[in-house]
Amino acid sequence: MPKLIKNGRVVSDDWQIVTLAEGETAANAVVPPGRVLVPLAVWQARREKLAGRADTGELGVWLNGSEGPEALADNAARFAVIGIDFPKFTDGRGYSTATLLRTRYGYSGELRAIGDVLRDQFNYLTRCGFDALQPRAGRYTDEQLEAATASLADFTVPYQASVTHPQPLFRRVARGIPPQVKS
Amino acid sequence: MYRYDDYDQQLLDERVVQFRDQMRRHLAGELSDDEFRPLRLQNGLYIQRHAPMFRISVPYGHLASRQLRKLAHLARTYDRGYAHFTTRTNVQFNWSPLEAIPDMLGELATVQMHANQTSGNDIRNITADAFAGVAADEIVDPRPWAEILRQWATYNPEFAYLPRKFKIALNGATEDRVVVRIYDIGLDLKRDADGNIGFRVLVGGGLGRTPILGEEIASFVPWQHLVTYCESILRVYNRYGRRDNVWKARIKILVKALGAEEFARQVEEEWAHVKDGPNTLTEEEVQRVAAHFVDPDYETLPERNALYEAQLADSKPFAAWVKRNVRAHKVPGYASVTLSLKKTGVAPGDISAEQMDFVADWADRFSFGEARMTHEQNVVLADVKLSDLHTLWQLARDAGLATPNIGLLTDIICCPGGDFCSLANAKSIPIAQAIQQRFDDLDYLYDIGDIDINISGCMNACGHHHVGNIGILGVDKNGEEWYQVTIGGEQGNATALGKVIGPSFARAQMADVVEKLIETYIEYRHEDERFVDTVHRLGIEPFKQRVYGGEVQKQRKVAHA
Ligand code: HEM
Ligand code: SF4
Repeated sequence: MPKLIKNGRVVSDDWQIVTLAEGETAANAVVPPGRVLVPLAVWQARREKLAGRADTGELGVWLNGSEGPEALADNAARFAVIGIDFPKFTDGRGYSTATLLRTRYGYSGELRAIGDVLRDQFNYLTRCGFDALQPRAGRYTDEQLEAATASLADFTVPYQASVTHPQPLFRRVARGIPPQVKS
Repeated sequence: MYRYDDYDQQLLDERVVQFRDQMRRHLAGELSDDEFRPLRLQNGLYIQRHAPMFRISVPYGHLASRQLRKLAHLARTYDRGYAHFTTRTNVQFNWSPLEAIPDMLGELATVQMHANQTSGNDIRNITADAFAGVAADEIVDPRPWAEILRQWATYNPEFAYLPRKFKIALNGATEDRVVVRIYDIGLDLKRDADGNIGFRVLVGGGLGRTPILGEEIASFVPWQHLVTYCESILRVYNRYGRRDNVWKARIKILVKALGAEEFARQVEEEWAHVKDGPNTLTEEEVQRVAAHFVDPDYETLPERNALYEAQLADSKPFAAWVKRNVRAHKVPGYASVTLSLKKTGVAPGDISAEQMDFVADWADRFSFGEARMTHEQNVVLADVKLSDLHTLWQLARDAGLATPNIGLLTDIICCPGGDFCSLANAKSIPIAQAIQQRFDDLDYLYDIGDIDINISGCMNACGHHHVGNIGILGVDKNGEEWYQVTIGGEQGNATALGKVIGPSFARAQMADVVEKLIETYIEYRHEDERFVDTVHRLGIEPFKQRVYGGEVQKQRKVAHA
């Protein structure tokens, strides 16, 4: 079973991420049984059919880089898992999408970063609200993934408000006014 | 100057640990070049022409003497004994060994310095007026606000992988000395009728291949909302900025595509959600940060100083230096001094380790232990007593830092160009030097008066050539180095982009070209008219005629033959 990092720990995972194979469309793509994350387009095309599985917690949805949180807006809460795909780790749109799902659309289920996800982004991804991090299959060995959890704690007292630190540093702690400062 | 508390220091120390491990994994082959690139860029590390280039951040240009000494130490220990000061108040080392970078970061952290986000597609070093806090025309001191933004931008998890780099500059004076219109966000500090502080927000400025001046999207954002408003801009940009084409990825392209009005509407829509949220600034926090920037212990001095006036009358060279390099100060008996890094024969912006130590000593002795970098690549000692000016001048002269040319033709802004930068199409430094050598007569320079010559080695425009009164751009023609000339560009309140005068020139022609431009100006100028005003009054035609006159005729003859 593939491994991923969930709430700071390496765990096995039985969710399957559905992608459209060549020639498949959102309307006719095969959605296997079991726990699956389907592309947003599949959900949108076959909502009635898939709603039951979503409501039993067996079906999640994933957004590609250009799909924003608005696409789910009032639906977000019905998914046990929402994935956000990083087509390239340098594509930072998913950080804003995650932030908005958590802070504006009230999503509290599992938020999973998928695609080109690297350990050096773990700290920032987590702070934007991802509680599950799933690097591409084969990118890290089990040992490397285990070691990578250290990156979650890269920065422990961030300045700005984010999902994990809803208040900025200046509201979280009394930083005080320094005595008359001279260089 | 801002001094770290335990929180600032802890974050910085954690950064050093993080990067040391990233470097280790990279050298061990666990992090590919592609994966390592954005990480090293976020720590100021470029791979350049000769060696790695290491870019250190100097937030809003402020340097404590011990920080300068640390830079001198790094230059000696790891590099070749000098550093380069840039137009974005960063410090660059051109020859630092890759493996040494984590150690250099570690050393910097001991003096509250770093290379955070000095490159990469993130929020870059924030710049502000070099005369902040001492300028007589200041409306609001920009430094606390710059520091508040620095903290918000540092390791901001949402905005570390933007479509492109992102630059913010703040101006708090009536005279714009930061060129607010050429930044992704330019902030003009204002006071409303009741004296409340707020920000006029300009967005979408930038130079590079497509130079665009920023446009106003808000005329007055009350100070409480500075961060949430910027956050809204960044979020709109992060989500909708183009990522398919690096040349179209800057926010200026998005603003242009949508129109400033529509862009402003989208920002307002986003802002409606975050306004009054947790990032809203509190009176307490602003006061806490502002307390770092209180005035030093100025002495109570008379407006005039007899000894200083006698020294002025006594020494023409001293008087010349004072005229160009010394500015009035808001406190009686004090002045601000600009040390010139534009001595003929030295690459503009270069400063040796020895000179950095000297400046640190003078900062301690004459200016409350602080120095500042300007975006024109010079150094300012902001708080010098009139009675100390003569001594400082003598010391600076001996150290090669008293060239009396601030604002004159030889005070050239110049990027490192082909001598150092792997993106260059042409060399910049030899052009600057040829121009400096041609105009080595001070009296002539004074007669020419205020003029900015800005040189970039490629269209990335690091040398701000678009806003130079004379702008020089290195271009590549079939593998050869050529130079394109613009005139009429301007920085400051009347910021303007220059116009290209015609086909480009070979390196050997450049000093002649500048000389012809200057001659034309001298011939046509009205009394007290600056070069750029003459260009604006007459247009580029007479200048073009003079520069191309000969060639134009030759071409015609050939055409008729
Ligand atoms: C040596 C390595 C350097 C590299 C690789 C580099 C890279 C770049 C690039 C790619 C751009 C293009 C921006 C755009 O597309 O709009 C740019 C612009 C710029 N760079 Fe550099 N640069 C270097 C050195 C410098 C230096 C030495 C300075 C200051 C003297 C500097 C300051 C700037 C500034 C002010 C811009 C302005 C353009 C804008 O605001 O749009 N850079 N640089
Ligand atoms: S303008 Fe071009 S040549 Fe000059 S430093 Fe910038 S990227 Fe390099």
